[in-house]
Amino acid sequence: MNQKLNNPVLMKELKLRFRFFKSITGIMFYLGAMCIFVVGFLMITTQFTGSGYFRPNQSYYLFIMLSVLQMALVMFITPGLTAGAISSEREKQTLNMLLMTTQSSWQIILGKLMSSIAFLGLLLVAGLPIYSIVFLFGGVSPVQLITIFFFYFITMLAIGSIGIFFSTYTKRTITSVIATYGSMVFLGGFTAFFFYVGIIVDQTIMMGAGALSPLTYFWASINPGALVLSILSGDIAGELYDLAGIEVPLWIPYLIFYLAITVIALWLSVRKLRVNMKRG
Amino acid sequence: MIDIQGLTKKYGSFTALDHLDLKIEEGVVFGFVGANGAGKSTTFSILSTLLAPTSGNAYVNGISVIENPVAVRRQLGYMPDFFGVYDQLKADEYLDFYAASYGLSAAERATIIPELLELVNLTDKRYSYVDLLSRGMKQRLCLARALIHDPKVLILDEPASGLDPRARTEMRDILKHLKSMGKTILISSHILPELAEMCDELGVLDNGKLIAQGNVAAIQAQLQADKELIVKVLGDLHKAVAFFEEDPYITSIEAFPEKETITFLYRGTKEQQIQMLKQALLADILIYSVNEEEKDLEDIFMSITKGAGES
Ligand SMILES: Nc1ncnc2c1ncn2[C@@H]1O[C@H](COP(=O)(O)OP(=O)(O)OP(=O)(O)O)[C@@H](O)[C@H]1O
Ligand SMILES: [Mg+2]
Repeated sequence: MNQKLNNPVLMKELKLRFRFFKSITGIMFYLGAMCIFVVGFLMITTQFTGSGYFRPNQSYYLFIMLSVLQMALVMFITPGLTAGAISSEREKQTLNMLLMTTQSSWQIILGKLMSSIAFLGLLLVAGLPIYSIVFLFGGVSPVQLITIFFFYFITMLAIGSIGIFFSTYTKRTITSVIATYGSMVFLGGFTAFFFYVGIIVDQTIMMGAGALSPLTYFWASINPGALVLSILSGDIAGELYDLAGIEVPLWIPYLIFYLAITVIALWLSVRKLRVNMKRG
Repeated sequence: MIDIQGLTKKYGSFTALDHLDLKIEEGVVFGFVGANGAGKSTTFSILSTLLAPTSGNAYVNGISVIENPVAVRRQLGYMPDFFGVYDQLKADEYLDFYAASYGLSAAERATIIPELLELVNLTDKRYSYVDLLSRGMKQRLCLARALIHDPKVLILDEPASGLDPRARTEMRDILKHLKSMGKTILISSHILPELAEMCDELGVLDNGKLIAQGNVAAIQAQLQADKELIVKVLGDLHKAVAFFEEDPYITSIEAFPEKETITFLYRGTKEQQIQMLKQALLADILIYSVNEEEKDLEDIFMSITKGAGES
């Protein structure tokens, strides 16, 4: 049967999300932020070179910056979409009635996750035209573009799952939101900080021999910003691999780490969602 | 249909439910009465597989809530005492969501939703947003939701709370209809007379224990230990009072000379009462009227739960 595809929670969430202007204004806000960024970048670069036209390598930098910005937006928006998934139902006193239904806990949790991903996916698709303007100037391959979008998706899954995890375990949405943003700040900010500290420490210890410890490499490999840079810029990636002496491309540990987070967070959420009737 | 065996729920050291045993036959409307905190909602939550018992077990249609909660959910419709609705959903979408959550196909949903809206008298609110409905309407919509998968057993936690008298009557009519459909219904309330009207059987819960069970008359008999007699006597009241004071079954004697009346509590059987009155007349106490003060269920309920609370 198409029971799996026909997820009631997903359908309901989508209906709620797209019914009112809230979502539309959200998308507008998102596109607006991207437009301002692109236009601002173009204005500043053309002014500063004084030549009045836009050069391809600048379009390449714009593309990289836009990709990092988009990653940041994804990381910033996802917690807001999922951190209330279960706790808000608890607060609205609708959770018990949902749990009383014959849906499996996986169905409920995945329905919540998928509806948030669908909304984020729409955001990314809506942003594509702006993206492609930059893309048209050249400098980026379609494979790179697809890879970037694939990793947006992976990152959304992981952060979305973390949000659902916290919203299942905490009583109140506000706690869950704070915890999820905390995790996001850790993944996006603290890992970068640890990475720089790591570089300094490593170079002091190794007497500037130009080697990085695997731990320092690990901090870089789970940083979404570093991932985007390593995918888009061969120079940065190459330098990092040389320094660390590690041949594995950055995206492999990233993929493993974020998928592991996703699976663990979802599994724990499913376990916690309903009471275990055998444990009084 | 429902078989509760030694069900116990402890919150830390506090015992909310204490070895509850209860059997309810199929098709019975069972009223669960108890003061605030007696353990009604706790019992219902366990039956609804939302709360794990500390010990004991409960069976719905022969299925254990502990061993097979998923199968129990299919048998049960549950209306919590406090519940919310999804705002931004219309009444029919609200029901559609739950119907889908119980695995009903689109075709099944399309037939059952109008039927249920008709049953709970909300057909004209079909396209209204649920959070704009009145309290009573939400209550009825929630009842329709509990019925969406055609459950054998309905568990309604204080379905009439917060409703005006008219809405209560409507709720009662709906429940009558559901009973005629053969559903087993459990209703809780802290208002005994209200339940007595619509239930076949009652259980009185106090501090997590079932202290009386049966039909209304049986409950009255179990709970009503003393009846209050009002005796009218012509002539010397003092003599009469002295006579009654001798009787071991009589307590709390009060005399009202201006009304020629004596009242007291009597604990004996009917036969003993006849003997007592006969002896009184033989002793020249001129009794010309005896009345029994009708204690209503609420009085009984109040006295019994108060008594248990003190002990
Ligand atoms: N989560 C909890 N933690 C601790 N104690 C609880 C919890 N839930 C209920 N209790 C206690 O268990 C007892 C029974 O509560 P329950 O809700 O079953 O009563 P009730 O009969 O439904 O009362 P009411 O008429 O007020 O709804 C109460 O004393 C309550 O304080
Ligand atoms: Mg209650």
